[in-house]
Amino acid sequence: MAEVTLRKVVKRYDDVEAVCGIDLDIADHEFVVLVGPSGCGKSTTLRMIAGLEDITDGDIMIGGDVVNDVPPKDRDIAMVFQNYALYPHMTVAENMSFGLRLKRYPKAEIKTRIDEAARMLDIIELVDRKPKQLSGGQRQRVAMGRAIVRNPKVFLFDEPLSNLDAKLRVQMRIEIKKVHQKVRTTTVYVTHDQVEAMTLADRIVVMNHGRIEQIGTPNELYHNPATRFVAGFIGSPAMNFLPCSLEDVSGRLHVRLTDRIAFPLPAGRAARYQNVRQGEKLLLGLRPEHITEAKGHSEPGTEAFDAVLDVTEPMGMETLIYFTLEGAQICGRVNPNAGALDGGTLRLAADLNNMHLLNEVTGAVI
Amino acid sequence: MASTVVIDKAAPTRTVKYGSMSHDRTWALRWSYFFLTLFAIFSLVPPLYMVITSLKSSTEISAATNPWWVFHPTLANYSELLTSSQFLRFFWNSALVSIFVVTITMLVSVPAAFALARMRFWGSATLATGVFLTYLIPDSLLFLPLFKMLAAFGDATGIQFINRWYVLLILYPTLTVPFCTWIMIGYFASIPKELDEAAIIDGASWFQTLTRIFIPVALPGLIAATIFAFTVSWAQFLYPLVFTTSTDQLVLPVGIITTLIKGDVFNWGQIMTGALLGAAPPLIIYAFLMDYYIAGLTAGATKG
Repeated sequence: MAEVTLRKVVKRYDDVEAVCGIDLDIADHEFVVLVGPSGCGKSTTLRMIAGLEDITDGDIMIGGDVVNDVPPKDRDIAMVFQNYALYPHMTVAENMSFGLRLKRYPKAEIKTRIDEAARMLDIIELVDRKPKQLSGGQRQRVAMGRAIVRNPKVFLFDEPLSNLDAKLRVQMRIEIKKVHQKVRTTTVYVTHDQVEAMTLADRIVVMNHGRIEQIGTPNELYHNPATRFVAGFIGSPAMNFLPCSLEDVSGRLHVRLTDRIAFPLPAGRAARYQNVRQGEKLLLGLRPEHITEAKGHSEPGTEAFDAVLDVTEPMGMETLIYFTLEGAQICGRVNPNAGALDGGTLRLAADLNNMHLLNEVTGAVI
Repeated sequence: MASTVVIDKAAPTRTVKYGSMSHDRTWALRWSYFFLTLFAIFSLVPPLYMVITSLKSSTEISAATNPWWVFHPTLANYSELLTSSQFLRFFWNSALVSIFVVTITMLVSVPAAFALARMRFWGSATLATGVFLTYLIPDSLLFLPLFKMLAAFGDATGIQFINRWYVLLILYPTLTVPFCTWIMIGYFASIPKELDEAAIIDGASWFQTLTRIFIPVALPGLIAATIFAFTVSWAQFLYPLVFTTSTDQLVLPVGIITTLIKGDVFNWGQIMTGALLGAAPPLIIYAFLMDYYIAGLTAGATKG
C-alpha cells in the first residue's frame, strides 16, 4: 500500500504534448479515477505511473520514492488492461501465478494466494481453464485476479470495462468496488465513462487536453464544477448552457436570457454574483433535473415558464424533454405523468437555486 | 386387403428453388473441385511416375513397354540404395546439415524477430525491411562471391571450408535466417502489445517475455519457420553442388545426381528411388507438424 504523487509530469511525443505538467496526490487506500474524452492524456498518465511510458519531465513517486527511472517490475504495481491481456497458452491459475512464479515464491504461498483471490472473484471453478474457454466477464475477473495475487502497492486499471456489454459492465463495476473495499489497495482507474467515474471513485480527476480540469469527490464535481468542461462532462444528460447576462431590475439582480425572458436571482445566488459586471457575456448552466414540470404553487427560487416540446424521451421512471430556447436545445426531466407530448406545450419550472453562471470566454464557473 | 394410396396433397408441384446465393455457391464449389482435381493430378503424377519407375529393373525401364505399368515389380533399387554406404552417407550428411541449419536459424531469427518487432530502437523498422530485401537476392548471384570469400579465408587462415559439409552451415542460414526472421516478425507483431506489457509488469525480463510468452503464443509461426528452414536446407542444390565435391562430403540431392549419373548412363531406377527416399523426411515432418501449424493458439488472449 502506498500513496502516489505526480509532480509537474510532462509527456511529449515529438512535437505533441500529451500530458502538460500535471500535479496529483493520491492518498494511501484511495480509489482515484482519471476521466476525460479520448486523447485527453489519461491513459498516458496511467502508463507513466506503470512505467510503460517514459516521462519527459517531472517526478512520479510511489510510496514516497521517486520511480522515474525504475522499471515497471520494480515499481510493485499491478495493471488490468482493457483487452484483459491474458496469456492464452496458460490456464487461469498459471495466468494468475505468473508474476509470483517469476519472483520464485514458494508453491504453497502461491496456491494460498490464488485460492484467496479466486474465491474473492468467484472464479474458483475456472482455475484450470484456458482464457479462450472463458466469457468476457470471466476473463476480466481473471485479469483482476492476476493483479490481486501480486498484492502490489498500487492497482492500475486501464479502461477495464470498455469491452464488456452494458449489463455486465454495471455488474463488474460493483465487483471492482467490492474488491477495493476488501483489499483497500491504492487504485488509479482510467475511464472515459463519467458514470463509471462517479460510481467508483473516492476522488475523480477530470482531464482535458493533457491538463487536469478539476479534482474532487463525485459530489463536488457534480454540484460545484470549476469549469464549463467539467460541468458539461459530468452528469448525464449533460448540463444545459444558455447564453445570458446579468442586469439590475429595480434593485434586484436578474439573469436575462432573451429580450423577453429574464428571471430574478434567488437571494443566495444574487449575493454570490454581486461583483459580476453587468452586461458581460455569460452562460447559464442548469442541469436537466432542475428543469421540471411546474408545481401548482411556486417555490422560492424556481421560475415557471411555458415551453413547446420538440421531443420527449420516456425513460420509465422519468421523461426527458427537449425544447429549443434562442436556438439552444434544452433538456429537462419531468415526471412521466406530467403530460409531456412531442410537440405539446408544457409549463416548466427552472430551479435557479442550483444554477451556475459561467464566463462565456474563459469557461470558468463563477 | 385393400391397398391404400396416400396422396400427399401438400407435395410441391414444382422443383424447389433455393436462393440465388445457394445457386452461386453450387457453381463456385463445382469450379473449385474442378480446378482442385486438375491441380491434384498435375502435382501427383510426377511422384506416381517416380514410384512406378523405382519399382522397375533397369532392363524394364529401357524396354519399350507401357511406362505407366510395372510388369515385373522389384525392390532391388531400394535394397541396393539402402545397403550402399555411400547413399547412407549422403542421407546422414543431409540430416546433419538440416538439423544444424534449422537450429542455427531458429536461434538467430527468433530473437532477431522479437527485437525487431518489439524493442523499438533506432532504425528497427528499416532493419526489418532490410532483412527481407536480403532474402530477395538469389543464391545464383551469391555463390560466386561467397566461394571467393571462403577460399580467400581458407588461404589466409588455413581453416578450410571449401569441400567440407559444414560449409553449408554457414551458407544455408543466408537463405533461411532472413525469411524466417521475416515470418516471425509478422507473427510477433500480431501478438497484442498488452501481452508483453502485462508480462513486463508481472516482472518478466525481455528474455523471459520471449521464452515464456512469445514463443508459446507464436508456436504456429515458429513451426512454419521451422518447416521452411528444413525444406530449404534439405532441398538446396546449388550451394552443395558448388562447395562440396568429395563423395563423403556430399548431401543427398547432389549425391544422387553425381554418383548415379555416370557419364551419359542414367541409372533411372535408382535415381527415382533415391529421390523418393529423399522426399520422405520432409513429408513425415509436414504430416507431424501440420496439426500444430493449423491450430490457432492466440485465441482467448484478448477480446474477440
